Amino acid sequence: MTRFLLCFLLGWAFVAHSAAAQDGGPLRIEITEGVIEPMPFAVPDFVPDSPAATEVASQIARVIAADLAGTGLFREIPAEAHIGRVSDFNAPIQFADWKAINAQALVTGAVSSSGDRVTVRFRVWDVFSGAELGNGLQFAGSRDGWRRMAHKVADAVYSRITGEGGYFDSRVAFVSESGPKNDRKKRLAIMDYDGANVQYLTDSASIVLAPRFSPSGDRVLYTSFETGFPRIYVLDVGKVQRRVLESKEGTMSFAPRFAPDGQTVVFSLEQGGNTDIYIMDITSGGTTRLTSSPSIDTAPSYSPDGSRIVFESDRSGTQQLYIMPASGGDAKRISFGQGRYGTPVWSPRGDLVAFTKQNKGRFHIGVMRTDGREERLLTASFLDEGPTWAPNGRVIMFARETKGARGETTLYTVDITGRNLRPVRTPGGASDPSWSPLQN
Amino acid sequence: MKSIRTLILACTVAAVAGCSNSYLDDTNSVDLGGSGVGGAAGSSADPRSPAYFQEAIGDRVLFAVDQSTLDDAGRVLLTAQADWLMSNTDYTAVIEGHADEQGTREYNLALGARRANAVREYLVSRGVSGARLKTVSFGKERPLEICSAESCYAKNRRAVTVLAGGLTG
Repeated sequence: MTRFLLCFLLGWAFVAHSAAAQDGGPLRIEITEGVIEPMPFAVPDFVPDSPAATEVASQIARVIAADLAGTGLFREIPAEAHIGRVSDFNAPIQFADWKAINAQALVTGAVSSSGDRVTVRFRVWDVFSGAELGNGLQFAGSRDGWRRMAHKVADAVYSRITGEGGYFDSRVAFVSESGPKNDRKKRLAIMDYDGANVQYLTDSASIVLAPRFSPSGDRVLYTSFETGFPRIYVLDVGKVQRRVLESKEGTMSFAPRFAPDGQTVVFSLEQGGNTDIYIMDITSGGTTRLTSSPSIDTAPSYSPDGSRIVFESDRSGTQQLYIMPASGGDAKRISFGQGRYGTPVWSPRGDLVAFTKQNKGRFHIGVMRTDGREERLLTASFLDEGPTWAPNGRVIMFARETKGARGETTLYTVDITGRNLRPVRTPGGASDPSWSPLQN
Repeated sequence: MKSIRTLILACTVAAVAGCSNSYLDDTNSVDLGGSGVGGAAGSSADPRSPAYFQEAIGDRVLFAVDQSTLDDAGRVLLTAQADWLMSNTDYTAVIEGHADEQGTREYNLALGARRANAVREYLVSRGVSGARLKTVSFGKERPLEICSAESCYAKNRRAVTVLAGGLTG
C-alpha cells in the first residue's frame, strides 16, 4: 500500500502543489509555497446495492465531489468525460480508463440500503500508481443523514491526500437576514457548512446577533434584544431550548464566546457607557471582571489552550487588537498596521488570529500571527466582517455586505492564502457566521 | 440661538417624517397610541404632549464619526429636553444610541451605548432624575437612512430620546 506523504507546512501558507504522480511519486497535495494546480479527480456515482439506493448513491457522490472541488485544491473531472465505469465496488479498477482522462485521484464507493439505514463504503485510489490510499472505510446512518455520510467520506479523502484534518462534516450558525436595511429581520439559524439543511432557531420578532458555537458544537451563545435590551442567551442546538444568562439591570451584555472548557463564557458588559470584558461560569452565573479601562473592550476570543484571550480595544484611540492572560492583567497590543482592527478570532491551531480591518474606507478580512507579525489581508470590499475559522484552521468564513440602500449580506469562504473566495449559498441574506467543530 | 433652534426643528421634522419608526419595534417602550408624526401622542401644539417633545423640541442628537461627545447644537436641544422632562414628570425615557454602518457590529453596539450615555449624563446634569432614564444601544442594527453615503451616515449616528410610560408603570 502506498502511503500518502505527510505534508509539511512551510510557515503558515497553504498553497496546493499538485501531485508529482506522473514522476512516480505517491499521490499527494503538498502544502507549501507555490503555484496552485488543483488535482484532477473523479468520483463516479457510487454503486447502489438495490434500486432503492440508486438515487442516494448518486447524491452522495455529488456531495463528495462538491466538497473536494470547493476547497480549490481539487478539480473534478465531470461524469460526461469519464471513459471507465464502476459497476462493481469490489471489481479491479481499470486504471487505464482513468489515466486517459488524467484523473489523478479516484474515489469509488458503494451504497447499500436497508429500510431507513444506509451504509456507505468507499476507497481512494492513486490512479497513476494504481495503489489504494489508506484503507476502505464505511459509514452507516439513517437515510436522512446521507449528506453527513458524504461529508465524512470527503473529509477522509481530503485528509488522506493533504495530511490535514477535514472540515466538511461541520455546521455553521449564522444570522439569517431579510427585508430592507432600515427594517431588517434577523433570525438565528444553523446549517451544514455548505449551506444545506438550514434550520431556524428563533423567529424574527427580536434582533439577534453573533451566534457562537460551544467547543463541542452542542450549544450556541448569542445576543438578543428580546427584552428590549441586549442580553446573552445560550441555546441547546439539539433541543432548541434557550435561557438568558445572568445580567445586571441597566447594563448591556454582548459579544459572548465560550472558553475551550465549554463552561466559561467570556463577554462584554457595558455599564454607564463603558464596555469591559468579563467571564462568567455558565452554571453558577458567577462573574469576574478582566479589563477595567475607560475604553471599548470587546470581541474577546480564547486561545485554543484556554490560557490567553485576544480582544479589541480602543484604549489607544482607535480599535486595535490586544492579547491578555485568561485571568486578565497586562494586555499586549499586537496590531500595528494602518487602520483599525476588530473582531479577532484565535485559530483552532493556535497559530493565527483572524480579524476585520478597516482602512481608507474599505474593509478587509485578514490574519496575523499571535505576536502581530506577518499580517496578511485576504479580502477587500465595501464591508467584510466577522471571520470564523473552519475546524482545520485552513479556511475562514465571513460576511460581506454590499453598498447602498439595497445592500445585502452574503457569507463567503476564503482560504487563509487569500485564494478560493466563494459565496456560501443561503436562502436569503446571512451574516455573523460561527463555524462548528467537526461533528462526531 | 433662535435660528439654531429653528434649524434643528426643521431638520428634526424632516428626519422624523422620513422615518418608518421601525427602530422602536424592539424596545419595550410603551406605544403611546398617538397618530401624530412618528407615532407620538397628542398634538404638537400641546406643549405637554410627547408629539411636542418629538417635533418641537426634537428627540434626537447627532454625532461625528466614531465620536460620542455632544456638540453645541446637541447641548441646546438636550437642555430643552431636560426642561420638558422636568416639567412633565409622568414620563420616563429610553435613550437609544445608534451608529452608522461603517464599523464592526460589536464595536458599534458599544459606541451606541457611549452615545446614549452621553445624552443620559447630560440630561441628569440638567436635573432629570437618573431613575427616569434608561439607555439602550442598537449599534448599526437600525439605520434610519439607508444610503451608503455620509448624508445618510450623519443621520444614523444618533441618540434618540424615546418617551415611555409613567413612573408608576
